[in-house]
Amino acid sequence: MIANQRSLILHAGLIVILFALQFLLPDYHHTNFTSIMVLATYAMGYNILVGYTGLLSLGHAMFFAAGLYGAGMGVYYLELHPVLAFILGSVAGLLLAIAIGLIALRTTGVAFMIVTLMFAQAAFLVTLYFNDITHGDEGLTLTQAARGFDLLGWHVDLTNPSQRYNLALALFLGALLLCLALVRSPVGRVLVAIRENEERTKMLGYDARRYKLLALSLSGLLSSAAGAAYVLFFGYVGSSFAAIPYSIYPLLWVLLGGVGTVVGPVIGTLLMFYLIEISRDHTSSYMIVVGVVLVLLVLWFPKGIAGTIRARWWGWIP
Amino acid sequence: MDLGPHLLLALLEGTVSAFVLAVTALGLSLVFGVMRIVNVAHGEFFMLGAVLAWWITSLVPEAPFWGFMLALIGAPLAVGAIAVVADALVLRRLNYQPEATIVATIGLLYILQQAVLTIYGPDARPVVAPIQFRVVFPWFGYSGYKLVAVGAASLLLLAAWYGVTRTKFGLIMRATQFDRETAQAFGIPVKRVYAAVFALGAMLAAAAGVLVVPLQQAHYLMGLDPLLLSFIVVIIGGLDSLKGTILAAFVIGISDGIISVFFSPTLAKIIATLVVALVLVFRPNGLFGGKAR
Repeated sequence: MIANQRSLILHAGLIVILFALQFLLPDYHHTNFTSIMVLATYAMGYNILVGYTGLLSLGHAMFFAAGLYGAGMGVYYLELHPVLAFILGSVAGLLLAIAIGLIALRTTGVAFMIVTLMFAQAAFLVTLYFNDITHGDEGLTLTQAARGFDLLGWHVDLTNPSQRYNLALALFLGALLLCLALVRSPVGRVLVAIRENEERTKMLGYDARRYKLLALSLSGLLSSAAGAAYVLFFGYVGSSFAAIPYSIYPLLWVLLGGVGTVVGPVIGTLLMFYLIEISRDHTSSYMIVVGVVLVLLVLWFPKGIAGTIRARWWGWIP
Repeated sequence: MDLGPHLLLALLEGTVSAFVLAVTALGLSLVFGVMRIVNVAHGEFFMLGAVLAWWITSLVPEAPFWGFMLALIGAPLAVGAIAVVADALVLRRLNYQPEATIVATIGLLYILQQAVLTIYGPDARPVVAPIQFRVVFPWFGYSGYKLVAVGAASLLLLAAWYGVTRTKFGLIMRATQFDRETAQAFGIPVKRVYAAVFALGAMLAAAAGVLVVPLQQAHYLMGLDPLLLSFIVVIIGGLDSLKGTILAAFVIGISDGIISVFFSPTLAKIIATLVVALVLVFRPNGLFGGKAR
């Protein structure tokens, strides 16, 4: 019980702090935090697969991009209502995740990493190949008019920083609650059991493939929801979002924050976002930060920040 | 042009890329075969070879031929040294644990690539071919250097084959690959073999990079394509089989050349990446590889 209360205080505190920050942050950081909350949702989605099922994907950019393109093209070509476009983007990622899962989950370990990398690369190339529709690297820009809508008598303008911030917070809160619920549910425990010992879990009568497919689907759904929100909030989608770095980022965020912790991906996203922003001010070779942090994490800090805190001090962190 | 000359051109282009690809992929395949690790930074060794070749040839602008020869020896040696350092500082500490090693080599990829961006800059820079002549066909002229590159690549492949199958080091390497523990028990210094194999793989990639640079300018992002193509080749050829790797390099290189000339290079890549993902799922030992032990 004590552990539950502590966990409640930690996560509720995080949401309260994020809510309060919007009144304190200057414009530049205000926008950054909007991005960070959306990207942290992506990281939490990634973490469902790697952290709770033990499957390392090198291709999550395809799910993120499915959300971006699903929602972005829905608004751009079909002139969809942004809420419908958000749903379209999320569902696109979910369906892609199910399709990829049915094929790729026959493999594990290194083979799974390479298979997902290859599928994601094929998806990236598809965005380039259908240049007429996607405009490739140049991408699609959504107009301000297309990003405003009326919902239940309330006018929402997604170019308005304050509304955007709170919608990002709502998305983030939804993802956080989903992850917390998943971890505490029987399904979540089966997933952890698969991570720890797949053979044994199978022997106990669980259909490991089905659970892994469920984890990948949820993971893809959160990733694509984040992508769909990203394009609606910031009004741009291009091929670069489907490229390899966007598969590496969530890996980096989750490793830094702590694999298999609910709060870790948020910490990792926040730190890496600012680390990359700061080094971008100093050098055009800012991606070297990604390389150095990855190597250092793997060598000396494999549990990440929240994972280390859990191992050393606060055993109750979910 | 008619279909015939077009096809000839496609075949020629395909053969050139197949030979270069075979050398690059052989490096990846050796490293995977012996060390059981996937080196995601392999393409960066290729890029380093090309960039170093630019630097070495620019030191002797008056003698392009000798400059190129110097690059062909110097660049792989330098890259091999970098690989030895990377092995000692990173891979060995991870005890070559497969998944951690992939993450670490992704890190290595960005470190090498961005270091080159810092030092060498974002420009693509050309290297003059060491020899200038054109082979004239009735329909089109063809760069003679490309044929020289094919010759040099086949020499490298022969040397690698000889090294693996006919020398003491090759024997030690194969013993380590077959059974690491037993090899160690028989006094084989496994760690040094690993370092040497990692360096050798990197040197093969670098040599391919040097051979390619007169055809395709040196640029800090040029490592991605050879990396992905090498993955494709090694997976289709069978993760354990050097013969399969070389065979697959030709199949992929030539079909890539033909599809690229007649259709679109992007389409060729989409097909290849999808095929390789499916091969890895359904025939994990490759189309040409043997059964898993």
